[in-house]
Amino acid sequence: MIKKMMHGNEACAYGAIIAGCRFFAGYPITPSSEIAEELAVLLPQVEGKFIQMEDEIASMAAILGASLNGIKSLTATSGPGFSLKQENIGYACQTEIPCVIVNVQRGGPSTGSPTMPSQEDFMQSRWGTHGDHFIVVLSPSSVQETFDLTVKSFNISEKYRTPVILLMDEIVGHMTEKMILPEPGEIEIIDRKKPSVKPEDFRPYENTEDGVPPMAAFGSGYRHHVTGLMHDETGFPTNNSEIIQKQKDRWKKKFDLARDTVVFTELTDAEDMEYLVFSYGSSARCTRKAVKIARENGLKVGSMKALTLWPFPGKELEKVSRGLKGIVVAEMNMGQAIREVERAVGKNVKVLGANRYDGESMHPDDILSVIEKF
Amino acid sequence: MSFRYEIRLSGAGGQGLILIGKILAEAAAIFADLNATQSQSYGPESRGGASRSEVIISDEDIDYPKAGNVDFLLAMTQEAFDKYGEMTKNGGIVVYDMEMVHTPRQLEGVRVFPAQITELAIKEFSKPIVANMVALGIVINLSNILGIETVKEAIKSRVPKGTEEINLKAFDLGYEKGKELQGL
Repeated sequence: MIKKMMHGNEACAYGAIIAGCRFFAGYPITPSSEIAEELAVLLPQVEGKFIQMEDEIASMAAILGASLNGIKSLTATSGPGFSLKQENIGYACQTEIPCVIVNVQRGGPSTGSPTMPSQEDFMQSRWGTHGDHFIVVLSPSSVQETFDLTVKSFNISEKYRTPVILLMDEIVGHMTEKMILPEPGEIEIIDRKKPSVKPEDFRPYENTEDGVPPMAAFGSGYRHHVTGLMHDETGFPTNNSEIIQKQKDRWKKKFDLARDTVVFTELTDAEDMEYLVFSYGSSARCTRKAVKIARENGLKVGSMKALTLWPFPGKELEKVSRGLKGIVVAEMNMGQAIREVERAVGKNVKVLGANRYDGESMHPDDILSVIEKF
Repeated sequence: MSFRYEIRLSGAGGQGLILIGKILAEAAAIFADLNATQSQSYGPESRGGASRSEVIISDEDIDYPKAGNVDFLLAMTQEAFDKYGEMTKNGGIVVYDMEMVHTPRQLEGVRVFPAQITELAIKEFSKPIVANMVALGIVINLSNILGIETVKEAIKSRVPKGTEEINLKAFDLGYEKGKELQGL
């Protein structure tokens, strides 16, 4: 166990190394660049490879290639780069290639506010690429959580053969605070399932019981075809609607089975609460402060922090929302997660947004003034 | 009784304010066993443009990492002084660089110290780049929030290799300057 002073982007790089990441491809962009900088130093020390590509599209493609070779891979970016990566993120969903994509959010759209905090990519992280697909999105609120969730992102991506988005924000990325770096062996690391059948019997998109087909690395003797077209169990393209439906139903089965193992939330001050503040990322830090002040003023307020944004923790929220006088959704955008919260709790509880989108971080007063409105 | 001490280091990009913020936070959290967060706000330019580094030091977990009730303001430009001077809390301390702040406004309820920061760095070391260390010395002396040795440990661990000596000397000079200011 080592005590270290780090910023969130550094913690992400360390988390990746501990998780077993041995390839990074990216293109520098504020406020994510320090992840690339750190990994350019750390990866060669563990015989990993670092490459700065010509752009974000190519770097996303590069990590998919590396992952197909059996190497855990990472890319990191911010808003404009995240938009560019979407096409290949869809390819990763279609072909079920494990990989981790970090988006350290800045204000948008377009070039937006490069150095300013925001949480405007909540919806894009889920629906940025076209077509029906599933994806897991995690979001840290501290340096320690950034480390922990980076490791979890890799574990989830490997276990379920899926891209995972780590949705950070500028505050968490650039904030320096103390974190505990665990010793190797103190932390669970998951590697993807490999095929146990003979190479000629290998079906890379087999409908297994858990919905996760084993994955063979290129060059390991298992030949297989990878395409962005809808494909059958062998990986070759198909127009057979029965097979297309079967493949998509398997994706759904896979994520339905995974759902409860990838959704993390933290509930505080909930025993007697009449109001709940729901938040994520750096807004959750502000929420804790706001709850403390509200309680000092005699208001019974609790909070839920979502560490997993997608699948959305609607079930968890619904369970604690019964009988509440109101829910505040605190986020640094014009109101994105609030739609999911409303969907989860229905019409029984009044839901209001505490929104900040001027490039400054959320302030406790932004939340307290909304609680007063109930 | 728990405490929370907020330091705002403000000026322009390139003045090294983010670095001394990280040094303060590391001195508190690693070498003095307190809790600390350092966060920052800056523009897209690599030099120039407003830059702000905020350090929260506490003996408790730090929930909200941004400054809301500033105990200590260091203003290294006129713009920083004008923008943040009045946001310093009652009984707080404001130090400004006389080289950079020419028309300091009257501030109520705070102790204001004009200091030669950039000027000293140039005069003593011929290097304006160590002005941040001079400023750090003054901050440590006047705030009395951290021990001088813990800060020196943090300086050694954070500044580029080979520059420890000059940075520590500049820090010492600032610390002495702080004593002088206290006597005013």
